[in-house]
Amino acid sequence: MNETASLVFILVGISFDLFGCIGLIRLPDVYNRLQASTKCVTLGTCGILFGVFLRLGFSAGGVKALICIVFVLLTAPVAAHALAKGAHKYGVKLWERSVCDKYTEDKK
Amino acid sequence: MRYIRSRAITFTVSILLWLLLSFSLDWQHLLVGAFAALLVAWMMGDMFAGQPGKWLSPRRYGWFAFYMFVFAWECFKANIDVAYRVLSPRLPINPGIVKVKTTLKTETALTFLANFITLTPGTFSVDIEKESGYIYIHWIDVKTQNIEEASRIIVSKSERILKEVFE
Repeated sequence: MNETASLVFILVGISFDLFGCIGLIRLPDVYNRLQASTKCVTLGTCGILFGVFLRLGFSAGGVKALICIVFVLLTAPVAAHALAKGAHKYGVKLWERSVCDKYTEDKK
Repeated sequence: MRYIRSRAITFTVSILLWLLLSFSLDWQHLLVGAFAALLVAWMMGDMFAGQPGKWLSPRRYGWFAFYMFVFAWECFKANIDVAYRVLSPRLPINPGIVKVKTTLKTETALTFLANFITLTPGTFSVDIEKESGYIYIHWIDVKTQNIEEASRIIVSKSERILKEVFE
């Protein structure tokens, strides 16, 4: 039972990681790509780690996997903010069909 | 010594984390862990636990557990949403950067709010102006450019919970 559940979690995690990578290629600009990569890769990686935890149970390895989940959840969004803010500061344009850009309007 | 309560909290949290990471109650592990935790607590001062009183109220932990549930569910929804947008052949996106206003003030609460926004469906925070409480958000499917309405859609739900936890 535990084996099956852990395999399911790992498979779901890997497929979300794959969706994130597809998004990284298909979406048009830096900001949209960050959307896809942060969200999907965060949940995908957490899924894989949770699968590892289910397989190992409350042992040294399993608890480390749980702590890694917390670590990924706290750091991935911060890295994304830093990348987006840096890109905007450096002057990377939004996609030409974007609706609005209040940030540029306010910075002028 | 100054900040004695803040340092005690930092010490407790770091030694708990150490115990989980080393996962053994051997006295050698405990000794090294206690030494490392003391060093961390001494160096951090009040950086980690700015207002130690807040760490002692059980109500905040209850709200935090509730926040974790909401967060997990929103995170799951966000992933389904992005996967749908990425896989659909027409690429249904309508992106833009909007501006929302938040009433949260403390730094921890703002950090958690920004993280929440980033991992929830279609939104992703770019910058925060702490003094005025404005957050610039990249929205993959812009529904409104109005500040009040965007705030209602994006931040109001998590803001209520985070206010109970951190303020």
